[in-house]
Amino acid sequence: METLEQIKDRIAAAIPGARLEIIPNDTPANQRSLLVDREHAFEVARLLRDDAVLRLDYLSNATGVDWLDTSIKEKVKVKKVVEGVEKEVDEMVERKKAGYLEAVYHLYSIAHRHGPVILRIRTDNRTDKTRLPSLTPVWRSAEFQEREIYDLYGIIFDGHPDLRRILMWDGFQDYPMRKDYAEPDDYEYEPTPHDEVLEKAQPHSR
Amino acid sequence: MPAAEISSPPRNYEVMPKASPNGEFDGELLEVAMGPHHPSTHGVFRMDVVLDGERVAKLKPVFGYLHRNHEKIAENTTYLASMPYTDRLDYFCSMTNNWAYALSVEKLAGLQPPERAEYIRIITAELTRLVNHTCLVGFLLQDMGALGTPLMYAFREREKILDLFEALSGSRMMCNYMRFGGCRADLPAGWLDGAKQVVENYPRFLDEFEAFLSGNEILMARTQGVGALPAELAVSAGISGPMLRACGVNYDIRKVDKYGIYDRFEFRVPLGDHGDVFDRYMIRLLEMRESLKILRKALADIPDGPIVDSKAKIRGFKPKVGEAYGRIEGPKGELGFYLISDGSLNPYRYRVRPPSFINLTVLEDMCVGHSVADVVVILGSVDIVLGEVDR
Amino acid sequence: MLGEGIIKGMAQTAKNFLGSYSDPERLVTVQYPEERLPLKENTRNFPFLVYDGADPMAGLRCVACQICEKECPPQCIYIIKDTAKKPDYMGKMQFQPKVFDIDISVCMSCQICVEVCPFEAIKMDTEYELSNHDRFGGLLLDKRELAKSNEHYHKIHPTDATEVDARLAAEKAKAEAKAKAAPAPVPKPAPPVKAAA
Repeated sequence: METLEQIKDRIAAAIPGARLEIIPNDTPANQRSLLVDREHAFEVARLLRDDAVLRLDYLSNATGVDWLDTSIKEKVKVKKVVEGVEKEVDEMVERKKAGYLEAVYHLYSIAHRHGPVILRIRTDNRTDKTRLPSLTPVWRSAEFQEREIYDLYGIIFDGHPDLRRILMWDGFQDYPMRKDYAEPDDYEYEPTPHDEVLEKAQPHSR
Repeated sequence: MPAAEISSPPRNYEVMPKASPNGEFDGELLEVAMGPHHPSTHGVFRMDVVLDGERVAKLKPVFGYLHRNHEKIAENTTYLASMPYTDRLDYFCSMTNNWAYALSVEKLAGLQPPERAEYIRIITAELTRLVNHTCLVGFLLQDMGALGTPLMYAFREREKILDLFEALSGSRMMCNYMRFGGCRADLPAGWLDGAKQVVENYPRFLDEFEAFLSGNEILMARTQGVGALPAELAVSAGISGPMLRACGVNYDIRKVDKYGIYDRFEFRVPLGDHGDVFDRYMIRLLEMRESLKILRKALADIPDGPIVDSKAKIRGFKPKVGEAYGRIEGPKGELGFYLISDGSLNPYRYRVRPPSFINLTVLEDMCVGHSVADVVVILGSVDIVLGEVDR
Repeated sequence: MLGEGIIKGMAQTAKNFLGSYSDPERLVTVQYPEERLPLKENTRNFPFLVYDGADPMAGLRCVACQICEKECPPQCIYIIKDTAKKPDYMGKMQFQPKVFDIDISVCMSCQICVEVCPFEAIKMDTEYELSNHDRFGGLLLDKRELAKSNEHYHKIHPTDATEVDARLAAEKAKAEAKAKAAPAPVPKPAPPVKAAA
């Protein structure tokens, strides 16, 4: 199979304007992935499927990942006037990095028996801009898996033929796989000696 | 939270043309919920079927009755503590589930199981395949109306293999046997002889089973041409396992990825050409015979030695930051685990790629136009286990 | 031929029916309460705590290190450390559990507590007739109910138990040899043994 760099060049040549980035992976598995921008993701997916050399016709796994907002603390040298004298002072600066939701697609080729090529698409943030293009028209395999991502992570896939909740019931309000998901307060008595459960039980026992 | 997006669109089925051109029937459509407590759905699985007389006009599978958010549980426990939970995904095949998870973690952490462990893994995985396919054939016949007898024969044979699993791991079904970088315990004394005995007797059972089934007129009438799946759709829809090979697509991960030490074994990959229920049934019977071939060689060749990689840790296992996707050819299809590590004790992201869930993608395509009785048979041939579908 | 399949099928059924009288392979049913299958040696059901000697509470091997509590996948183990210490099999002073509860209605018999225990203190039992009228209290076992003797362990898992005993004896011998080599050991209370993280 072609290396990820070659695949990237191939896509860049065929789809001008596509913003591509290779995400490194330091584990022994060394499965690096290709980050594609939202606007060109659908075209890229179609190219990967139809290209005679790549022929990635089998979408094995599609899943979501939730990356929370992170803040990175850095030491920055700042010039300040201290007691009338200009000095260089170390100051802690906190940089906020916005979190995002990510859809990850693992592609294989049955025709050429190679793979995996890992495709990632990211949303802008975790709150209001959570739309991604659906790849279901390219690979039917994404149909239920994207529904599952929508159900559990709340990514809204534009162009999906039937985007409904799949594992949770209709009318469920939150996205349970998100990292900041808070369990609803629907305590039932359980025969357990654990403190946290008993604490949770306190307000419910009259 | 975008509240407006949460409500799901109403399910409005478009009105179908009248059933009969000469107006014998009124052509009214009937929406029926098959399941979740229907005896043929192999668990709590529901199909919203829109019927036109006896024919299926539309079918939507409804899941989630057994949903316990296995992935969330796993993200909140250590890597090792998810291992017994994987037993409960596809509770017929706990050994292959263990292997798939162990394989992914080994990819993530760079562990290499020793030779003997690889052999034990292959032996247990192929025995699991026998268990799964034997049961599936029994259940499929049960769905077709061969009540009781074939299923009981299948269960009798399955019990012999489960006895082996119990002697090895301590539990019949919830084996929790494999570990990162090897297996938990070595084979007990006399286990190999017991396994050889089972493998030697198995073809006799298969012959007996096939003698009165494969040529049976009723079975052929109920299965041939029913639920045919075109190969292109199967590939596009991510179908895997015996269902994909029944469509004539030669794709077996044991051959493609050669994970473990499958490259040392000679076996053939049975392929169908119609992709109907009969092909799926036949493929499974043939696969069992190939599994027996692998088993015979593995049981004869198994070397002595350690069973766990010396680098593997039981307590405080922390892989490096990164991710890995590992997959194996489970009895039901491609079983994959996708793991992201953030360097802590718990996986940051843990995802199961459940074969029977994704194989249901094409259930509607296979069922439309067939009668309700055929839906039962088609679903039976997909081979689902709800523990895995709903997770 | 019409009905050929039925004849074949019935012949098969008859073969199995008659065969069940002569062939033990075909006769697989066991009349359960009267007849019981022998248990496999590795069979596991729910955990118990091993004690040495005659007094179950004094001889408990558990040192309340709480590793099993942390590792237990369904979180069914509950331990409170006692402030008082007691000597272990090597004569070292160790903590002991004040409360050790296992909720076997939650336990999923996965054996991970056994694997992570560095003190060979918790093992799997094979007792399976545990039905109880009290769904909550009856299935929550405290340390008195959980404590079972080393002899019981030998009875249900002879191979493992012998191995464990040999290992513990070797450790003890090693420690004693070390103590002899270094004269006049300072009699200070041993720190709680922490398992390698």
